[in-house]
Amino acid sequence: MIAAADLASSYELVIIGGGPAGLAAAALAARAGVSTVLFDENPGVGGQIYRAITSTPVADRAVLGQDYWDGAALADEAKASGALIVNGATVWSLDRQRLVGVSVGGKARMIEADRVIIATGSQERPFPIPGWTLPGVMTAGAAQTALKAQGLVVDGRTVMAGSGPLLWLLAAQTLRAGGTIDAILDTTPRRNWLQAMFHLPDFALSPYFAKGLALLREVRAKVPVHRVDTMEAVGNDRVREVVFSGAGGTRRLPVDLLLLHQGVVPNVNLANAAGVAHVWNDRQLCFVPVLDADFGSSVPGIAVAGDGAGIAGGTAAAERGRIAAIAAVRALKPDAVVPDTQAIRQRLQREEMGRAFLDWLNRPADSFRMPEGDTIACRCEEVTAKQVRDTAKMGCEGPNQMKAFLRCGMGPCQGRLCGLTVTELIAAERKTSPDEVGYYRLRPPVKPITLAELASLPISEAERKAVER
Amino acid sequence: MFKRLAEKGPAIAITVDGRKVTARVGDTVAAALLAAGIDHCRTTPVTGAPRAPYCLMGVCFDCLVTVDGVGSRQGCLIPVREGMKVETQLGRREAGR
Amino acid sequence: MTRTADVVIIGGGIHGCSTALHLALRGLKPILIEKDYAGRHASGVNAGGVRQLARDLHEIPLSISSMDIWERIEELVGDDCGFESHGTVLVAESEAELAGFRERVDDLNLRGFGHEELIDAAELRRLVPAVSDRCPGGVVSRRDGAADPFRTTQAFRRRAVEKGAEVVEGVTVTGLSRNGATWQVETSAGIFEAPKIVNAAGAWADRIAAMLGEPVPLAVVAPMLMVTSRLPAFIQPVVILRGRKLSFKQLGNGTVVIGGGHLATPWRDSNETVLDWHKLAISARTVWELFPAMHEATVVRAWAGIEAYMPDGIPVVGRSSTSEGVFHQFGFSTHGFQLGPGTGAVMAELIATGSTNTPIDGLRIERFSTKDP
Ligand SMILES: Cc1cc2nc3c(=O)[nH]c(=O)nc-3n(C[C@H](O)[C@@H](O)[C@H](O)COP(=O)(O)OP(=O)(O)OC[C@H]3O[C@@H](n4cnc5c(N)ncnc54)[C@H](O)[C@@H]3O)c2cc1C
Ligand SMILES: Cc1cc2nc3c(=O)[nH]c(=O)nc-3n(C[C@H](O)[C@H](O)[C@H](O)COP(=O)(O)OP(=O)(O)OC[C@H]3O[C@@H](n4cnc5c(N)ncnc54)[C@H](O)[C@@H]3O)c2cc1C
Ligand code: FES
Repeated sequence: MIAAADLASSYELVIIGGGPAGLAAAALAARAGVSTVLFDENPGVGGQIYRAITSTPVADRAVLGQDYWDGAALADEAKASGALIVNGATVWSLDRQRLVGVSVGGKARMIEADRVIIATGSQERPFPIPGWTLPGVMTAGAAQTALKAQGLVVDGRTVMAGSGPLLWLLAAQTLRAGGTIDAILDTTPRRNWLQAMFHLPDFALSPYFAKGLALLREVRAKVPVHRVDTMEAVGNDRVREVVFSGAGGTRRLPVDLLLLHQGVVPNVNLANAAGVAHVWNDRQLCFVPVLDADFGSSVPGIAVAGDGAGIAGGTAAAERGRIAAIAAVRALKPDAVVPDTQAIRQRLQREEMGRAFLDWLNRPADSFRMPEGDTIACRCEEVTAKQVRDTAKMGCEGPNQMKAFLRCGMGPCQGRLCGLTVTELIAAERKTSPDEVGYYRLRPPVKPITLAELASLPISEAERKAVER
Repeated sequence: MFKRLAEKGPAIAITVDGRKVTARVGDTVAAALLAAGIDHCRTTPVTGAPRAPYCLMGVCFDCLVTVDGVGSRQGCLIPVREGMKVETQLGRREAGR
Repeated sequence: MTRTADVVIIGGGIHGCSTALHLALRGLKPILIEKDYAGRHASGVNAGGVRQLARDLHEIPLSISSMDIWERIEELVGDDCGFESHGTVLVAESEAELAGFRERVDDLNLRGFGHEELIDAAELRRLVPAVSDRCPGGVVSRRDGAADPFRTTQAFRRRAVEKGAEVVEGVTVTGLSRNGATWQVETSAGIFEAPKIVNAAGAWADRIAAMLGEPVPLAVVAPMLMVTSRLPAFIQPVVILRGRKLSFKQLGNGTVVIGGGHLATPWRDSNETVLDWHKLAISARTVWELFPAMHEATVVRAWAGIEAYMPDGIPVVGRSSTSEGVFHQFGFSTHGFQLGPGTGAVMAELIATGSTNTPIDGLRIERFSTKDP
């Protein structure tokens, strides 16, 4: 294990996140001779798609599928490249001067970087339904993470609900692992097909087409699927039932575990706190960083690669990581030999081709993004949708003002689970666009650090002198 | 809620609120709790409602527990260690006047 | 289209909003122009300390008149602003420091100010049981307290509008010119006209002064704060230190706000600040030593606000030295939140009646002009 004390005070390139984007970027840059460090807060590399790729207890390769195991090569490549890979390393601050605040093993360090690649990936979109804070309600991604990293498979009465390719992937992986699923509640609005159809030809050519169809077939053969328009998790101390309605009226199913998924969105916190400009993407219904062709952001020297740059999937994430790394190498070591960007861009384009279809098809219905009444919008501070709506009606124009009125977004998750909801609710009430309303202005530390960690920052030169005087 | 695919790998003994729990190498604190059928790990500081791990990827902070005396640690990011003392958190008692 | 008012106020911080309210209460029609939104800067993000303790002699009168308003703030603005009064305690970390504090309190008493009170170790322990045992005593100002800064600024803004003021947000003042007795205020949204102008532009106020040919040595600074997760209640008063920079307060919801004057790097043109974590680490170490109860705390957020600092650490309040009809109200040098309510009232009195009984001569802008002896 690498400790905080083993870190140098500066590196030419700091990469934050060890998913496909970060791993591919690290391998490329280090091989080109750039001094590179990669920080990832998880115990092992792989990111979300290749979670626990070097340590998974799931021995039967069919369970997680070949796409998962493809990640092993990336991890090996990064390891062999000479990049310093530090796991259990949480980056809690990044500023426009590219000073990186990181904690490893309870000790904090500030690291200077000439270039930074943010590869912090995506997170699942908030899915605020009544009862979504009850124990026994988790995200589908959480169940998948438990399967990949710890070999835990769902047990008891399990219902999966939502929309998007990942939901079906998890269902298939669960079934292959011997788990049972009582039902899948599909929230995909029917009318989404109208928009999506335009993009079907592109999708049909993309690698996701055949895979997606096969998954659907595999899961539908074993699990009843219901189309639903409303959904509620019911229970007192934990979830006991899921109540849903669709064309067939209202139904209730007893559950031990309800797994929610509504697609993934970029994890914007670190980039936002560093001052990177973001814009609203109406197709993906989320904020994405403003980037140039090399994934360089509005802050000089800081790039955002992978799904953090806008959702495009794991293979695309790796290609984006390579493009960002090549730009960093060119800036730092103009004479170094780097791979041909043209070929990489072509592969990236192929990967991105089917995206429009998936985005339009899986665009969640308004009612699943902009809840009403007592449904909790901010899980940390337990702020309801009604409170946010009422405060917006009263004249509150943006999420930063909303923080001061309701404390939403001020809890430990720093808006990760309410940011998009609050922005969209304000926009709806004030009859304007999410872009106008904007997002929370995020403050470091983007991950809480203990006072002890902060106190452990090495005493700076200037401070030492002040004491000696 | 969850079962292990195979009871493989070396066992690791931890305690949760004083109770003995057997975890496995590769478990995070949150995963060990879920595998042991412990279905909530804290109550919220605002209303005292029970919460359990939600995302298992470090974004929701519902898995906050006290680990070896240090409060509010993200259980889903911390690997278990032999002898680790985990305590569930009572949010409401701890905050406010 | 030109819009007219009795007074144009530049800046929607606590000061601009308070002056707007007090002018409206006097029956005048002010228009307040704010480039972002009311409370976006120092006034909305400060530590909320409502303190009379340890103030410069020249601003004590404003501070006292403000305190009277704070104590009936709900009557004035229709919101309690989260104001709670548990005193401010200045902790002495050594006997030598305590001796210095004693001199100050004696001097204040001679001048007729009784709000600061010397306390011994026993009283310190009673007021702040959590403080480390080494501290020999301190000073308390018992009426002091803390409020919610953004809520307060918004409350002043809201009540001002209810009383007839107009607040224009997202509009920047870009130039000033005079046409007879009327000032023309050029903005990103056209011209506004009024016979009187208040410069309450906070850390940007030197730019307004420069438009009037009245340069001032305003330094742009960015004090930092950090806030912890919720902790069990362990401290009521606001605690400040003198030697080591620290201010420290636990809010009703259990979170602790740690500040004290360590500075970030401000970028006032882009409304940004870059934090200095090495200095925040110093604060963390000081807290660690002084408050054993904090050892388990986690820091959930840190930030800085952009603020004007004058060379002598006290604000500029009063008439412009060059331009008839213009009034200054800026440069609050990291402690102007408490002064907001009273300074707005004094400003409105000065504008409406031509004079004020509150002594503010020590705060005149002339003190920075090279011509003035
Ligand atoms: C829960 C989940 C499961 C997914 N599973 C799949 C799947 O099975 N198949 C698939 O095709 N796609 C999956 N995806 C989609 C995913 O976005 C992939 O496209 C891919 O993982 C993106 O790669 P990336 O390199 O951009 O980021 P990621 O793979 O997300 O990697 C980002 C890494 O950054 C780390 N990180 C984040 N913030 C910090 C910080 N502050 N300090 C240090 N480290 C940090 C994270 O721990 C993570 O390891 C999943 C997404 C999620 C959210
Ligand atoms: C972190 C921090 C902690 C603090 N703690 C305390 C404390 O505990 N107690 C205390 O008493 N004080 C405290 N202060 C100081 C206090 O916050 C300030 O002194 C006070 O808020 C200043 O108010 P203001 O209205 O003068 O300035 P501001 O709040 O800065 O308002 C000025 C406004 O003018 C606007 N403006 C500027 N130029 C233009 C233009 N050309 N056109 C239109 N609008 C313009 C700006 O956008 C701004 O909103 C603290 C300050 C900071 C930063
Ligand atoms: S379970 Fe969400 S942060 Fe740990």
